[in-house]
Amino acid sequence: MIDFLTLTIEAAIKAALMILSLLTGFAYTTLLERRFIARIQQRVGPNRAGPWGLLQPAADGIKVIFKEDIIPNGADKVIFTLAPALTAIPALIILAVVPLGGDVNVFGYRTSLALTSTNVGVLYILAVTSISVYGITLAGWSSANKYAMLGGLRSTAQMISYELAMGLSILAPVMVVGSMSLADIIDAQKNVWLVVYQPIAGLIFIITMYAETNRAPFDLPEAEQELTAGFHTEYSGMKFAAFYMAEYMKMIGVSVIAATLFFGGYRLFGLENLLGGWMGPVILIGKVMLSLLLFVWIRATLPRFRYDRLMDFGWKVLLPIALANAAITAVLVVLDPWWYRLI
Amino acid sequence: MFEQYYPIAVLVLLATVLSIIVVFLSRIMGPRRPTPKKSAPYESGMSPIGPAVRRLPIKFYLVAVLFILFDIEVIFLLPYATLVRELGVYGLIATGIFVFILTIGLVYEWKKGALDWE
Repeated sequence: MIDFLTLTIEAAIKAALMILSLLTGFAYTTLLERRFIARIQQRVGPNRAGPWGLLQPAADGIKVIFKEDIIPNGADKVIFTLAPALTAIPALIILAVVPLGGDVNVFGYRTSLALTSTNVGVLYILAVTSISVYGITLAGWSSANKYAMLGGLRSTAQMISYELAMGLSILAPVMVVGSMSLADIIDAQKNVWLVVYQPIAGLIFIITMYAETNRAPFDLPEAEQELTAGFHTEYSGMKFAAFYMAEYMKMIGVSVIAATLFFGGYRLFGLENLLGGWMGPVILIGKVMLSLLLFVWIRATLPRFRYDRLMDFGWKVLLPIALANAAITAVLVVLDPWWYRLI
Repeated sequence: MFEQYYPIAVLVLLATVLSIIVVFLSRIMGPRRPTPKKSAPYESGMSPIGPAVRRLPIKFYLVAVLFILFDIEVIFLLPYATLVRELGVYGLIATGIFVFILTIGLVYEWKKGALDWE
């Protein structure tokens, strides 16, 4: 009984910390995006609220809380309300199985910086990414709006198409390491990052993570010029904020997963052991920040795909390449030549 | 087993509570002054024409069916991927046959034009 209580308290503290850091990360990613895009476009960006605009996210949040909550005529009220929650939950729980650091001491209590570690971590990630499609589909369908309907449909087709290439690109590092546990995958990258062994899988994963988060150049579901705002056209107030929140938290989530699978996770040449293990999360945050900057930079640089080309790219380019890459990796791992062994 | 998955359940519970609070916050805190024009579906300022949910292009169903096929393939390949080394050449040939059959399907769909969007 005592064990169960300790387990519950530990899990609750870790889960609350994880949700809080994701929320903070989301708030400041929006600021980072606005400031960085402003710099690229030779503007200043929001800099009035607090020093360097650091209070801007709080101001946005307060404003959006006091907005009117509109449910349009003809909308399916239950699903319309459920959809934002269904989109936000997967974004909040996707990092449950990812180790965010090694073991650390907290007031004499030794614990690992991961909510949990299972031996099917990769499967969990694939499952949660699949669930996140539902929220967007239902939001588009329940709005009783033509733009939302089209945006939701497009988004569904796009996300499920790119999920295949994503799943196949995750297959390759799993083969090389021989384990689906993310802790094992990070441990295998002590000396050399997996992206060196799997450059093609790494590239495909990075491309598909832009499509999975509906970010530019794959932001077809919310293509302003043709669909107003896509699946969240009819949403206002905090319901709209929930979609916004989910998008940015998913960006952070996939960045952590990309870092974990291909770029050594919280490890960086043994530096992660400094400060009694607390350097690990700092290194991981650094890697995630670089990835987020790349997200914003690409959004500011590249034009949007055309829908038919997007689907062609997913099915006719990414899927065959990912499949071939997985096949070649399997052959290489079985033949086990000296130059393909993990160092 | 229990210690591994119980924390995930706690996280899901917390995430659900937070999402529900977020979704209902504006309903509680915000004003409510609906007018007929405001609650009409948005259609670039015009009066809405016809119902929003109509017949969909068949293409989307096709994509969904193809997705199920290949997603199951990926899920079947995951357990193999963890045991590639142990299963050796035998596993390679067996899985090769499985993937080859599905790849024939992909090539067939491609040639039939199921992957083309006009």
